[in-house]
Amino acid sequence: MSEKVYVEKTNKMVKIDASGLPFRDLNARLREAVSSGTQRIELHNVYGQRYIGTNLNKPIEVEIFGVPGNDLGAFMDGPRIIVRGNAQDGCGNTMNSGEIIVHGRAGDITGLSARGGKIFVRDDVGYRAGIHMKEYGDKKPVLVIGGTAQDFFGEYMAGGIVILLGLNLKEGEHHKARFVGTGMHGGTIFVRGSVDNSQLGKEVGVAELDQEDQQVVQRFVGEFASHFGYDAAEILKHKYVKLFPLWLRPYGRLYAY
Amino acid sequence: MMKTYLPPKFSVERDLERCIQCQVCVNQCSFDTHWYDAEDDEVRSHEENCVGCHRCVLFCPTHALNIRRTPLDYRENYNWRPEVIEDIIKQAETGGMLLTGMGSDKGHRIYWDHLVLNASQVTNPSIDPLREPMELITYLGRKPGKVEIDPNTSSSRTELAPQVKIELPVMFAAMSYGAVSINVHESLARAAAETGTLWNTGEGGLHPKLHKYGNNTIVQVASGRFGVHPEYLDAARVVEIKIGQGAKPGIGGHLPGEKVSAAVSMTRMIPQGTDALSPAPQHDIYSIEDLAQLIYALKEATNYAKPISVKIAAVHNSAAIASGMIRAGADIIVLDGLRGATGAAPKVIRDNVGIPIEMALASVDARLRQEGIRSQASIVVSGGIRNSGDVAKAIALGADAVYIGTAALVALGCTVCQQCHTGKCAWGISTTDPALTKRINPDIGARRLANLLRGWSLELKDILGGMGINALESLRGNRLHLRGVGLTDTELEILGVRMAGR
Repeated sequence: MSEKVYVEKTNKMVKIDASGLPFRDLNARLREAVSSGTQRIELHNVYGQRYIGTNLNKPIEVEIFGVPGNDLGAFMDGPRIIVRGNAQDGCGNTMNSGEIIVHGRAGDITGLSARGGKIFVRDDVGYRAGIHMKEYGDKKPVLVIGGTAQDFFGEYMAGGIVILLGLNLKEGEHHKARFVGTGMHGGTIFVRGSVDNSQLGKEVGVAELDQEDQQVVQRFVGEFASHFGYDAAEILKHKYVKLFPLWLRPYGRLYAY
Repeated sequence: MMKTYLPPKFSVERDLERCIQCQVCVNQCSFDTHWYDAEDDEVRSHEENCVGCHRCVLFCPTHALNIRRTPLDYRENYNWRPEVIEDIIKQAETGGMLLTGMGSDKGHRIYWDHLVLNASQVTNPSIDPLREPMELITYLGRKPGKVEIDPNTSSSRTELAPQVKIELPVMFAAMSYGAVSINVHESLARAAAETGTLWNTGEGGLHPKLHKYGNNTIVQVASGRFGVHPEYLDAARVVEIKIGQGAKPGIGGHLPGEKVSAAVSMTRMIPQGTDALSPAPQHDIYSIEDLAQLIYALKEATNYAKPISVKIAAVHNSAAIASGMIRAGADIIVLDGLRGATGAAPKVIRDNVGIPIEMALASVDARLRQEGIRSQASIVVSGGIRNSGDVAKAIALGADAVYIGTAALVALGCTVCQQCHTGKCAWGISTTDPALTKRINPDIGARRLANLLRGWSLELKDILGGMGINALESLRGNRLHLRGVGLTDTELEILGVRMAGR
């Protein structure tokens, strides 16, 4: 156990050794640091502590070395979290604003019901990523995935932008996710490469990118590339397709009134 | 379009001697039953549109109207009753799932009506609530197993989980903005604030103008996660995770696009006119362990300052599930029974899935006691609580408090016509149509609701006084104050009550 929790504290920057700290204590320390004016926090030796970034509600930066636990940034409002490792399930769950940048992979339901903010994942994500993301006016969540995704990707989407890049797919290899965009009734998914119609939910249409779409993709792929040190132009060269909801009311005809 | 084989359900009786062709009925009916024939200067009816909500009858200035069920008699058949036949006709004409509103109207046994309360006679005195203080105050939240007192200061050393005080054990059930109008929300919020109880936002978010009633507000986090953001959680007194509801256990909800107005679109963050889809499960909860994860996510998000409630529909294994919910960290568990109502649900689910709330409550309370964890969470029950008698019986069966939904709406004018899913509610309750919404005036609505709760409070005190007890706490889980009438041995055993006479 660390006898010295605060490794270093300078100029509104705090380093915290998280080894052995239960999530409740760790998050209490984070809140304490933020309320005392800290702008940047480094968390070292993180081993699966949940809910990091929840209830901080200020535009601070948290850099995590290790493996944060489930629900990273759940209900998050404002902070920027950089993960030097993999994120687990529920990363960005119902987040409102802020940014999560994962230098690794993220688990299931990445970005579940996000209402705003941005999530960048360098590698793959698990099942149901981007499920039920929403948007209203200028609040529009963005999820960019460098690798590939599993089934039910973008399920029930009601808003937001999801970009799937497949950078780790080998020559001739395709995204394998099935039921993509099932129940989708808002928002847009951009896929670099192609998906077969058999992989899509019944509610999803496929289109070429128009000029506005291209600008959206350029902007967020640009941000993605700068986070992870990729060449944006190289990533953008490839062909993209746009997936969009065919109907506002995918289940409007289920009922007899 | 094919000709419908559905007969009108109601007939409109218009007394032509009294009718002055003022067209109030034409304007009041949102189902287009009445229409004005200018040529003949006469108001006429499209009876097939009538839903029997009585709006026109009560607003007719000359009392010229009456609505009666149309007794179209099919050949007598116990099996093929008119409802069964007409449901089939409707499906043959549409090819859809039958959608309905409100709670089940089927004749499942209402156990409240088979339970009777005790009173003091001779051997112990009853108490007169007009002269002596009677305590209905209830504290919701996790209670400690024991309390340690510091002998020097005589104060408690035990750290208490957050508790919420309500002045009477009756709260307003979850009804979402979108399912009901903003004026209904405001009426509920104001009545709760005035009476010292809680109202529940349901899963459609909280309109910013109601944040000021936060101290009396339970906010819901459901599978659609509509309107869930830090301010919403901050505003609340209690945060409730909705797993299911009694009217539609196990299935999600589709708020029909007709009800997703510009304002609803804003609070829910979905495109206007789209269906608001609440998936069947919460996709971050596939197990008790996952439930614990969301409970603690919400505790973290609210700094452990608010009780976290978890609401489930009463189903076969409720007792075991409730035990898991408490162990997962729920501070309040809500059981919603078979007769629980809804803004919209498939009829087949509403009428056939789930178990009666009385049985669920009795078995959950008994199980939690057996396991020695009953005090670790408050139990709230809902689904068909109609009057203060039902409330008293629920408390005696083990509930800490009840939720009322339909009863509250009836106080606002609802006549239980079961058309909530159409969004056309003529009483301005289950609609988001701006013109219809105006029919509920929050000043009057709040007064009617507060009056109802005042009446029930007085009655509860009378019931307690009659039993010779002066605090609701003495009735809580005290099944000796109940007796059963007309129940089988198994029913009595599950309810944990004796037969009347024993």
